[in-house]
Amino acid sequence: MKEFVEGSHAIAEIITKTNPGVISAYPITPQTHIVEDLAQMVANGELKSQFVNVESEHSAASVVLGASATGVRVYTATSSQGLFYMQEVVFNIAGMRLPVIMTCANRAISAPINIWNDQQDSISLRDAGWIQIYAEDNQEAVDFHLIAYRLGEDKRVMLPVMVCMDGFILTHGMETVDMPEQDKVNKFLPAYKPLYKLDPANPISMGLLADPDYYMETRFAIQETMKQSIDYLSEISAEFKSVFGRDYKDLLVEEYQTKDAEKVIVAMGSVCGTIKEVIDEQRSKGKKVGLLRIISYRPFPYARVYEALKDVPKVAVLDKAVSLGAYAPIAVEIKAAFYGKKKGPKVISSFVAGLGGRDITLESIGEVLRRLNTKEVNSDFIDLKPELLKEEYGE
Amino acid sequence: MYGPLNVNPLKSKGGKTGSWRTLLRPHYLHKNCIACRMCLMICPEGCVQGKEKNAFTVDYNFCKGCGLCADICPKKDIEMVPEESKEEEK
Amino acid sequence: MENNPLFRPGHTACAGCGQAIAARLVVEASGVNTIIANSTGCLEVFTTKYPDTAWGVPWIHSLFENSSAVASGVEAALKYLGKKDLINVIAQGGDGGTGDIGLQALSGMLERGHDILYVCYDNEAYMNTGVQRSGLTPFDTNTTTSPQGVQSTGNIRPKKPVPEICAAHGIPYVATASTGFPQDITRKVKKALSIKGPKYIQIHVPCPLGWRYETEQMIAVAKLAVETGLYPLFEFENGVIANRKQITPKPVEEYLKTQGRFKHLLGNPEEVKKIQAVADSNILKYNLKAA
Repeated sequence: MKEFVEGSHAIAEIITKTNPGVISAYPITPQTHIVEDLAQMVANGELKSQFVNVESEHSAASVVLGASATGVRVYTATSSQGLFYMQEVVFNIAGMRLPVIMTCANRAISAPINIWNDQQDSISLRDAGWIQIYAEDNQEAVDFHLIAYRLGEDKRVMLPVMVCMDGFILTHGMETVDMPEQDKVNKFLPAYKPLYKLDPANPISMGLLADPDYYMETRFAIQETMKQSIDYLSEISAEFKSVFGRDYKDLLVEEYQTKDAEKVIVAMGSVCGTIKEVIDEQRSKGKKVGLLRIISYRPFPYARVYEALKDVPKVAVLDKAVSLGAYAPIAVEIKAAFYGKKKGPKVISSFVAGLGGRDITLESIGEVLRRLNTKEVNSDFIDLKPELLKEEYGE
Repeated sequence: MYGPLNVNPLKSKGGKTGSWRTLLRPHYLHKNCIACRMCLMICPEGCVQGKEKNAFTVDYNFCKGCGLCADICPKKDIEMVPEESKEEEK
Repeated sequence: MENNPLFRPGHTACAGCGQAIAARLVVEASGVNTIIANSTGCLEVFTTKYPDTAWGVPWIHSLFENSSAVASGVEAALKYLGKKDLINVIAQGGDGGTGDIGLQALSGMLERGHDILYVCYDNEAYMNTGVQRSGLTPFDTNTTTSPQGVQSTGNIRPKKPVPEICAAHGIPYVATASTGFPQDITRKVKKALSIKGPKYIQIHVPCPLGWRYETEQMIAVAKLAVETGLYPLFEFENGVIANRKQITPKPVEEYLKTQGRFKHLLGNPEEVKKIQAVADSNILKYNLKAA
């Protein structure tokens, strides 16, 4: 049913329909509305979950770890500093192969403290062993949570999944969302049946010490599951389409007018909405431009990227994050997709924009396309303010 | 899928920590025992078994020879003897 | 219990480990219907080195400071499943994992009122990583990060009063216990588990390696800690002291001379006086002196 609703509220609604057993989160802007809405639903008796108001994000992640280990479906949400505070638990959850589902309301990282949107937080945890999918709009944000539960809890996967949505832009933005109905949710998402759990009827020990004779195979296993998940995403996308009608293709990338493009921008998240407008406008003037939107950041779809861009002469990768001291995060993956291959772009330029919530406008995208020419640039910052850079410290 | 390292206790054999004993081993005299069960309670390994008087035994596969059972026995019915003497062969 | 002992031999604790004794008594007092969340530390390391486990009950280890939070999640899940009344949830850790790095999570768990028993195995230092000083290390103790030396007589700070901190949360039951009195441990654990809500038990567990005494001396050492007043045994109920073990106080020297970690104090009457003052203060505060 179509609703005109705030992104956070839409997420709270869809989580309610998945019936988690335990929800635990610590408030942090811009995730707060999600958790507040869920608390209200519990208070109204609409949601039967145990809602644990913890004293920190580290404990929030630990609570959902313990609850998931006891065999129930769980949910948590966080951003930025909260994600960093729970970082060791995040890695722990993946290592213990527990299907925890988390919403990351993407927000910039301190210092300096900044509550506005960029993607540094979730991207900084890319090595954790969590599947990461990025939503462009609130419809995707809603749908991707259902897909996340379906994927993470799949017995062949048993990995935690992070659904990333841009903070404020999506969480606090009002959009029309087709909210899935409960009966269809039940059809798409079966009840969680844990592969292993803490149960006195069948005691097991979880979280043992693994010496060098045993550790490496566990990491290899997660790597293999990540690779297999590339195919599982297509499988689940087809299931999703048959139940809800919306087609996310392979849930890896979205190709927007890339077929005959001479210049393609690669980007992730809500900025793609702005980019699509620029693409449309430039196409109407006869310019051959396109967008490749990354949906699944982990596992990273190298083969799919290769297929999409192998005949495109110039590619601009727009990162909403930065890897200080090195090439930008998505840019390195795009470059890696082509190294050693017969075909590929002549130029892959890397741009950084939107850090700390600086608005990425139609003009910004135009600037990216303008700077994408024969000379390759790396981590080229867009929309910098030169007057700020001129100041000396202490003046 | 090679999963997380979970272990079922019934499938866990444990190490034969009895091999740690180098100096002394407990020798149960089975003379004055009153079945107070203190030796069973105090063993850090949990390898003392028994119910009836003068019928408590040690599993030497696991006993590390710490001497606490001998120390706690109110009837001094347990002696620590040299390991080489091997009073009870199991 | 013979077929599936709740705490199985074959673990790699040091010979005579006080914590192994206490942990076994705790899980046996709790019984088969128990789920344990354990912090990183000696107990976790020596009981669960893959592919072996000493635990006959469901058991989970996550990280160092979060066993209270993990247990909170287990408890919430059991509540959701309608099974909480049938299963005891125990969170446990050492003095470091409880009172230092784990204090925040512990406080949160107590404040939220979860039906969980927290057991702290207090061997008075970070033993697993090599006998480094913790917040619960007593005054003047020689540890590797508070060593005695030409300019130092050991740890310069008093013992952090974690049981009192827990009692201040107003929880239904707080107790201290000692491996020198094993039946008392069983009694207190059983009593705690019969109460609904958050409970805290701190058990003094001597460590032959870290404290430096001969293994068979453990009971004498543990008893002296109690009998000098340095480790008072008491019970708090709903924030108010309800019970204590009465003693005929012995001078602290008798306790200090049993362990290598206090050896440097024996020729130092100034410092011994300071430690006697700690004992005397405990005796007064908890009214320990037998009439």
